[in-house]
Amino acid sequence: MPTKTMETEAVKAHLPQVLDFLEGSLEEAGCPMKTLMQICIAVEEIFVNIASYAYAPETGSVRIRLDMPGEPSKAVITFEDSGIPYDPLKKEDPDVTLSAEERQIGGLGIYMVKQSMDDVRYQYKDGKNVLTLEKNF
Amino acid sequence: MKIEKKAEGSKLTVALEGRLDTTTAPELEEALKGSLDGVDDLTMDFGGLEYISSAGLRILLATQKIMNKQGKMRVTNVNEVVMDVFDVTGFADILTIE
Repeated sequence: MPTKTMETEAVKAHLPQVLDFLEGSLEEAGCPMKTLMQICIAVEEIFVNIASYAYAPETGSVRIRLDMPGEPSKAVITFEDSGIPYDPLKKEDPDVTLSAEERQIGGLGIYMVKQSMDDVRYQYKDGKNVLTLEKNF
Repeated sequence: MKIEKKAEGSKLTVALEGRLDTTTAPELEEALKGSLDGVDDLTMDFGGLEYISSAGLRILLATQKIMNKQGKMRVTNVNEVVMDVFDVTGFADILTIE
């Protein structure tokens, strides 16, 4: 049951290294390409959210953990930051039926995460935002 | 990401290769800036695109709004991962996907 952890400064420029860290392990574990891409999209949305809001206007660190427990294969990715308490899942879902002219782009990222992952959980624990993504593959 | 632009009169084709995400979306925004003047027929060729995140959708929406005013825009050769994103976000209804 391999677990891998990385810690990095939560800034957008660090997104490629976060994705590299996860992609290598997931590929090795036999995660299909389509699922891998969906996970990358979800991880980007969460990481960029943390980079944009958790410590603004300062920066801080985020710890990212990848667990791949047993059968059936599953990726569990946990983000922990010590920024301001914020539950992104509470955000109202955007209206995805509006025309281009009426569209507001905000909120789409988190909505995509909720739709593409098998489970998304948030808790505030010991002064930390803990957001967990789960995807079966 | 690789961006290839091909202009033919008032027609423009923009072919993308790689990932349209937070890191690369500004590159596309920059490449489109000024290139759309006088264009009434825009094709975004997604044949080489692996995936798109909300940062990429933002650029697509802005570009669609510009093209609604001055002509038409279509998105071609969309792969399954990108199509899923378009379906979930309602972009499948906003864009002309061929």
